[in-house]
Amino acid sequence: MLLERLVSACLRGLCRLFTGAHPRWLCDPRSLAPRVYFANHCSHLDTVVVWTTLPEALRERTRPVAARDYWGHGTVRRFIAERVFDALLIDRKTAEGAEQIEQHRQQTLDAMTAVLDSERSLILYPEGTRGSGEAVQPFRAGLYHLARTRPAIPLVPVYLGNLARILPKGAALPVPMQGQVVFGPELHIATGEDKQRFLERCRQAVLELAGERT
Amino acid sequence: MSLFADRELVWMIGGILVFLSIASLIAWVLKGRARSESAQATVANLVARIRAWWAMVFVFGIAIATGGYGSLVMFAIVSFLAMREFMTLLPTRRADHRAMVWTFFLFLPAQYLFVAIGWYGMFALLIPVYAYLLLPSVQVLAGDTEDFLARTSRLQWVLMICVFCVSHAPALQMLDIPGYEGQGAKLLLFLVVVTQISDVLQYTVGKLFGKRKAVPTVSPNKTVEGYLGGGGLAVLIGTALWWATPFALWQAALLSLVIVLAGIAGGLVMSAVKRDRQVKDFGALIPGHGGVLDRIDSLCFSAPLFFHLTRFFFT
Repeated sequence: MLLERLVSACLRGLCRLFTGAHPRWLCDPRSLAPRVYFANHCSHLDTVVVWTTLPEALRERTRPVAARDYWGHGTVRRFIAERVFDALLIDRKTAEGAEQIEQHRQQTLDAMTAVLDSERSLILYPEGTRGSGEAVQPFRAGLYHLARTRPAIPLVPVYLGNLARILPKGAALPVPMQGQVVFGPELHIATGEDKQRFLERCRQAVLELAGERT
Repeated sequence: MSLFADRELVWMIGGILVFLSIASLIAWVLKGRARSESAQATVANLVARIRAWWAMVFVFGIAIATGGYGSLVMFAIVSFLAMREFMTLLPTRRADHRAMVWTFFLFLPAQYLFVAIGWYGMFALLIPVYAYLLLPSVQVLAGDTEDFLARTSRLQWVLMICVFCVSHAPALQMLDIPGYEGQGAKLLLFLVVVTQISDVLQYTVGKLFGKRKAVPTVSPNKTVEGYLGGGGLAVLIGTALWWATPFALWQAALLSLVIVLAGIAGGLVMSAVKRDRQVKDFGALIPGHGGVLDRIDSLCFSAPLFFHLTRFFFT
């Protein structure tokens, strides 16, 4: 326990040092009810930054969704993902064959709804993979399926700015700069809302936060 | 060297505390008097500024009290924070990443290391020679020539301002001035007090009596009255502090004038940079003031000049 807390404090300290992470909240930062935070994905720093900027009470009950192929490898990375972040590791590798794809999708969805049902929140990146940081890619369907399964759970768009410049793809060391973290207003899926429309609405909700000052 | 061993240092710090207390008292009186909305906003900003001054004096006081290394570490942190703010505003490309990492993790620590061990030659040459040639070499190896000259120039400039220039302030303590051995902390305090009091008095006199805008396209709040009145008063204060320095009265006056003029130039240049990058402040780390770089813009220019004049004429 002590080691986890120590690593956690160090990570948060380093994160503040390198990203100046200071969040702006457009929804209630004290609400303890389970939520789904969804953010644009542009750097390995994304999870650390969202997790660092969450108030402690929220951080303790929030589980980032992370790719097993990256975070599940290596002792240090795995320790951080599983013991410090308490991440929900999911397989990103697309299975072969329609039946297996469907099965894999269902498993991922079940794992995520189980977290929400245990009164905890999720952080996820509907773009799937890291983008260049300049544009936000179209969202994948996972967010839609999750929202439809648990329509009462509030969805919180999160905009992460400048992190791709701090630690771009392929870089080993970060360049300290001021990052931008904006937690947007909660939104919900409407009854019978079309999948594409819903996903595009969520994507726009993230993009709209780009202009907010932090 | 202990803080309390030097009477003059105690007097200087005591003077700052008295000055700040008076400022707090004035702000408190003004707070009760402000009626209009704009007056209230001005006073609220004043209160925030003074509160931040207390915090900054506290941090700087601790740095000075812990001897040369304390202020060295403090200025290294200031350099880091200033460069972090500045880099945020630069239009950089992916190919600059490695060179930027070098500025933070190689040149910044190395520069302060050379100050710490008192190696003047490397302190003076590390950035103008080694970083100057190495950074573009690292950038060119990334293979991206788009906007190359501007990209590499920006990086050089940021490193010069935030690390090279700022490091001259703590480096004052490595000067060997005959008859002034081990008293470098007072020299550093002299520089910082004259630079900052000049900023404060320019702001105050400008707010109270400012009429003619001095450079409206660069910094619309700066007035001729503020420059002359505030700058003039700062020179007087600097001159009146001659007893804490190795300088004669007239020398202290001239050096104060240099510090004030350099500070004005620094403030203007950094304002122009902010205009260019279309931001109001470099950051928001210091409430009421903006970013770290907003607070030290004048020091970036006054520190190297003051250092070299002192070194040239007094060592």
